[in-house]
Amino acid sequence: MAEKLKVELVTPYRKVLSEEADEITATGALGEFGVLPGHAPFLTSLKIGELSYKQNGQVHHLAVNWGYFEVEGDKVTVLVETAERADEIDLERAKAALGRAETQLKSLTPEDHNFRVYEAALERALIRVQVAGKAKL
Amino acid sequence: MANLKAIKKRIVSVKNTGQITKAMKMVSAAKLRRAQENVVAARPYAGKLGEVLERLAKSQESDPSPLMVKRDGGRALLVVVTSDRGLCGGFNANIIKAAERFIKGRSGEFKEITLLTLGRKGYEFLRNRHTVRKHHGDVFSTLSYPTAALVAREIIEGYLAEEYDEVFVLYNAFRSVMSQDITLEQLLPVVPKAVETEEQAVEYIYEPSKAALLDELLPKHIEVQLFKALLESVAAEHGARMTAMDSASKNAAEMIGKLTLIYNRARQAAITTELMEIISGAESIKG
Repeated sequence: MAEKLKVELVTPYRKVLSEEADEITATGALGEFGVLPGHAPFLTSLKIGELSYKQNGQVHHLAVNWGYFEVEGDKVTVLVETAERADEIDLERAKAALGRAETQLKSLTPEDHNFRVYEAALERALIRVQVAGKAKL
Repeated sequence: MANLKAIKKRIVSVKNTGQITKAMKMVSAAKLRRAQENVVAARPYAGKLGEVLERLAKSQESDPSPLMVKRDGGRALLVVVTSDRGLCGGFNANIIKAAERFIKGRSGEFKEITLLTLGRKGYEFLRNRHTVRKHHGDVFSTLSYPTAALVAREIIEGYLAEEYDEVFVLYNAFRSVMSQDITLEQLLPVVPKAVETEEQAVEYIYEPSKAALLDELLPKHIEVQLFKALLESVAAEHGARMTAMDSASKNAAEMIGKLTLIYNRARQAAITTELMEIISGAESIKG
């Protein structure tokens, strides 16, 4: 059994992570899950959410957008549309986006075409704020 | 004397043109570097997504996704990727020629071929000759993943509405600064590469389900493929422009050399004639 997981996190723009980790948690289509070394082959889609990995006792957080998560042997591949490390997040911008999305949502009904768009924006902004908050701890 | 002045004017004008082409070359070189970085950065994502897709498609048993089913309607959509701007050698002409070849060569196979153009140059040429279903003008000035995804989703919608039965994309792939490869790829239906030899299929845990994953992944795959084609095309465009402008600058320098030679010769001839006139004038006074 492998001691560590080799994590690769890629977006269309760049390779965000290529590290070794002891443990990974992420938000999958069916809820949050954790992966330890020796996990069975596993493939799931990710929702807008938080992805964190533990490395030498230290936990790192990232905000990720829609994507895929694959475990094969000790290799973990994460494909996401966007990913930001906690320390990369612009908290002011995220808060502004949160406010914008909230006001938009209030003026729309759930039947509206744009409702889903703003709902997703709200979710993204919430996760960003949440993850950014963890960076300071 | 008028001749001398005319030559001088030519030299100045060629020099100015040379300066412009040189500047354009430098700009393209800088843009090329950035475009190349983007292409390289996008590669791992596209590669990994392809791998995941292959694995999923390989182990798929029943009722495949509509995006994978082959239909024989005989209507094709060709996505032609050119640039918005010219002055890049044969970059656009090559793609347009390849598109015409495709339309002519495959007309037996398909009963209808419509086009979707990305980039102004291709649209302007092709709109009067063939059926252009749709044109997206402003993809390159703001090229990002969401823009590519938007176009891709539109293509998929058309496909699902059975407006066409096969989709191809034609673009310049970036090989090196000097050369571009004209590449034709099939976007739809998605044909997973059949490489099922060495390893036996590992039993995966799929969440939520294999079919649901595949349904989500296929459109994503098409988006990424289109995005990659656009990135490659942009890098190839800058490479082509850089080469074209480099040779234009060289030609300008050569022309200036030639013109200077002619200018100096004409100047010398004028001086000689003048001298002769003075000497012969002086001689006649003396005598």
